[in-house]
Parts: sequence; structure tokens; C-alpha cells
Amino acid sequence: MTARLTARDITLRYGDRVVSTRLSLDVPDGAFTAIVGPNACGKSTLLRALVRLLRPDTGEVRLDGRGIGAYATKALAKQLGFLPQDPLAPDDIKVRQLVGRGRFPHQSLLALWSQQDEDAVVDAMAAAGVDDLADRPVQELSGGQRQRVWMAMVLAQETPCLLLDEPTSFLDITHQYQLLGLLAGLRDEGRTIVAVLHDINQACRFADHLIAMKSGRVVAEGEPGTVVDAALIKDVFDLPSVVIPDPVTDTPMVVPTVQGARRSR
Amino acid sequence: MTGREAVAAPARRRGPLTALGLRPERRTVILTLVLTALILGLGLLGLCYGASWKSPGEVFAALSGAEPSVVIQDWRLPRVLAALVFGAALGVSGALFQNLTRNPMGSPDVIGLDAGAYTGALVALTVLSGASVQLAVGSVLGGLVVAAVIYVLAYDRGFSGLRLVVIGVAVNAMVTALNSWIVLRADLEVAIAAVGWSAGSLNGVGWGDLGIPFTVIGVLLALMAARAHAMHQAALGDAVAVTTGVSLDRLRLLMVLVGVGCTATVTAVAGPVAFIALAAPQIGRRLAGAAGVPLLPAALTGAVLFQGADLIAQMLLAPVALPVGVVSTAIGGCYLIWLLTKEVARA
Repeated sequence: MTARLTARDITLRYGDRVVSTRLSLDVPDGAFTAIVGPNACGKSTLLRALVRLLRPDTGEVRLDGRGIGAYATKALAKQLGFLPQDPLAPDDIKVRQLVGRGRFPHQSLLALWSQQDEDAVVDAMAAAGVDDLADRPVQELSGGQRQRVWMAMVLAQETPCLLLDEPTSFLDITHQYQLLGLLAGLRDEGRTIVAVLHDINQACRFADHLIAMKSGRVVAEGEPGTVVDAALIKDVFDLPSVVIPDPVTDTPMVVPTVQGARRSR
Repeated sequence: MTGREAVAAPARRRGPLTALGLRPERRTVILTLVLTALILGLGLLGLCYGASWKSPGEVFAALSGAEPSVVIQDWRLPRVLAALVFGAALGVSGALFQNLTRNPMGSPDVIGLDAGAYTGALVALTVLSGASVQLAVGSVLGGLVVAAVIYVLAYDRGFSGLRLVVIGVAVNAMVTALNSWIVLRADLEVAIAAVGWSAGSLNGVGWGDLGIPFTVIGVLLALMAARAHAMHQAALGDAVAVTTGVSLDRLRLLMVLVGVGCTATVTAVAGPVAFIALAAPQIGRRLAGAAGVPLLPAALTGAVLFQGADLIAQMLLAPVALPVGVVSTAIGGCYLIWLLTKEVARA
């Protein structure tokens, strides 16, 4: 396994609150990595550190062996694409304009808009399934449509590595699976995907590499089939469960054994 | 989004470059032409109008040098140009701060930068001799100090636009009180001059007052125009802006410096002229139907508003010329009330 993007001994902090201490990990190239864990376990914080939105107190995040702090902002933006949980759409912006903003790192004062930019935007809108919304104002769209528009914007950035913070939130179940399928397709093209996911079963189905986090620490990482078992789920989520093979994909499927659930006859 | 198929075989539809991203929309182009025509029209009216009416023919003859006229060339022309350039500068300044605060109320006149620039100018006027360079430097320093104070007070692990605006309103009130105190303490002649100027006026502006301000504003606007693309990218929120390649800290610093610089330069010459910076960006944005708060419509609308307000100020109680700030504040007060009710309803 090779890894262009790595974190070594990073300590992450928001104000006075230390989130992670001396955390290290490798993001495998050309693979779909899913980060799972309970709320407030430091998943988003880790992702923000990987894309240089948060500077570690100690340690370093490296891309191709070089600290990401040393990259020019645009040079890094050509390598790492990031979709946060709460991006802002300017008033009155249309879908195609917003997707076009993903081309920013490829543009300069002298080369404002090129045929490559145009093609990348058309392709990204088609891939995210928003081409029929191209001329609609973003603020009129539903939450799920908006999420797909933002996805198209990050795709238009055409980065080899994509990091997504809970990309399936706001999506109905059909669109969740379509988005995960899209990410798997990008992985098949050779791109590196890192996504924070809430649904452990979706993570097991789509991810090649799973990172389970709890209280800012990486508790387990590896191929979902080898790392996910009832003991891990109990440890990470404090949830009793049985883990059975998924009837469709044979990947691990977590079935919680909670009290009070209704039984069918 | 049809999964792998769509990715593997993207339907590539090559066509002419459309109105994507940077390409100005047709409506923006039309608006630019209309506003430019309006600017020329109002400018011509400004050259014709005065104690004695000059016909457009006389104006053109004077401008081309065929029939020189002191009234047109040395009295009215500098005033008209000042109104247009200052209006554009205020419009851009307003657009910059509305972008920074992500709030239509976050304009320099509302958050106290005008008042701060005026404080700096008052200090230059009362403590120093009040030469125009001292006024300009004092205004810029005053504006920057107020901007720094708001920045420190509003910072709380990041910024909220509304928080910045609310703190700015409070700072504005305090700085205005400070200004009154300085005027009360000043010598009578200085105080009279300061109060007359505090309303914001182009009365008596001549060529000698405009060389430095026009140069400063020209340089600042050129600097900002080169970074306008990044400014629009920053409207996508900090995270997306940074991860798509915007050097956010540098951009913000430039926006503050240009915004304060424009406001303070105008204040140093004409006094604080409220409302233009507040309204021009929003009016321009709506007319252009553009995304975010763009700079060019704000600049053009600002020029139209300032020149329009100055014409009204000259005509309303003619032959007595009102300070343009009185007219702009009267109109702006109504606009601000409307905006506040809308914002409160939204919050």
C-alpha cells in the first residue's frame, strides 16, 4: 500500500479543547477510505487537518513526503479537494456558476476561463446528476439537490484526492447510495477518496479501508472485513450488536441488539 | 448521478463557452452600459447646472477648449468628477465590507469606519495644521484603528458577520460621541469648519483637492480588481475558499485595506458621506442579477448615487447648496430601516 497523504504525530486543538493527541495515519492511494465513529470523536477535525484548514500543534500532515504547510494554496488545491458539512452559497448564484467555482485553482488572472474549465464543469454536473438543474438558482433547491451541486463543484476541481465530510447527510436513501456509487466509481478511476460516514454498514459496503475513531484516537483501521466485529462496535459506539455477513455484498453488517425494539411475529 | 456509468462515459457536449463562472452574464453587460450612460448623463447635467445654466453646447465647447470657461472647467468639472470617483470608491468599499461580513448591513458607514476616518481627520485638523496630506493620512489611520478595534471585539474563534455588524454599530455610536467631544473642545473657527464638513459636502472642492485622492483611489481599485475573482471565491465560506486555493488571510487584509483606504480618502476630502456605501452594492447586485456582491455594479451604482445626491443637494434649496451627506443620509435612513426590518425578519 502506498500513501501520498500521511499524518504523523499530529495534535489537534480547537481553542483550548484538545481533540486528538499524536495521531498518525496513512491514506491509501486509489482507495476509498471511510472514517467512522460517534459524534464529536474528532472525525471532522482530522479531515480539516488533512486539508490544511487546521494547523496541528505537533507533528505534520504530508503530501508526497512534503509538509502540506509548504505548498502554495493553489498547488495544494489542485491535489486535495474538500467538501465541508456547511458550505455557503452566495445569494442568487446559479448551479452552473457554483460548479464553475470548483475551477478556481486552475485559473489565473491571465487565464480566466478555458475550454478545459468548461468541459470539467459539464462532466462534473453530469456525474453528480445535476446537469438538468444547471440554470436554477442554488437557493431554490432542496437540501439533497444542493448537496449534489456541491459534490459537482468538488468534482469540477479535478483533484486526485477527495475528502468529504459527511457527504450523505441531507440525502434520501436512494441518493445516498447513488453518491456512494459515484465515489466508488471515482475510486475505480484511480482517485483517492476519504469520506466521513455515519452509516457503518454503508462504510463496510463501499470502503476499501476503514478508520474507526473514538475520543480523538484511531481505534482500528484496515479492510472492513477484517476489522469490524461486535467487539469493535461495542468499543467505538458503545452499542451491543451482532455482526453478520451482508446478504448482498458479503461485507460485515452490523445489527444492533438494542432493548425495546419491536419483534415481528 | 448514475454511479459508475456516468463517470466512465461522461457525455461531453462541446459547445461555445457559456455564461459559466467568470463570463459576465448578458444582464450585467447591459446594466454596465446603462449605468455608464446614466453616469455620463448625470455628469453632463452637473456641468450644466449651477448658479447660471450652461447649455450642453457650451459645456462641450468648454471641455474641448474651444471656448474656455472657468465656471465649467475649474468649478463644476472637479466637483462632478469628485462625485463620480468618490461614489465609485464608496460603492466598492461597501461591497468589500458586505463581502467580508457576509451581511448587507456590514458597510463602512454603518460599522463606524466613516466616523473613525472623521476622527482621524478631526485630530489632524485640531492638533496639527490640517493640511490635506495630514487629513488624508489621519483619516486612513482613524479608519484602520476603528477596523482593528471591531476586529478584536468581534473575534471569537472565527467571525460571524452579524456579530461584526452589531459591534460595529456600537463602535460607530461611541466614535461619533468622541467626534462631538473633539469638536466641542476645539477652537471656534476649527469647530465651525469641522461641523460643516461633518455632514459630507463637495461644496468648494477644486482641482487642488483631488490629485492625491484620485491617485490613491485609482491604485486601490486596480489592486482590488485584480483580486475580485478570489473575493467571489471567498463567498463560498472559509473552508471551500481555502481548499479551492484562496489565500484567505492575505485576501482579507487586502479587502480591509482597500475598503478602509477608499472610505477614508473620500472622508478626508468630502467628509463622511453616508448611505452610498450601504446601498450601492445591494442596488447594483439586484440590478445585475449577479451572484454575491460584485464590485463593478457597486462602483457604477455608487457613482450614479453620489452624483445624483449631489445634484439634488444643489437643487433642493437653490441657490443654497446643501451638503450632499444630508441628502444621502435622508434617503439612506429610509433604506436602512427597510433593510433592518428585512434582516430581523430573516434572523
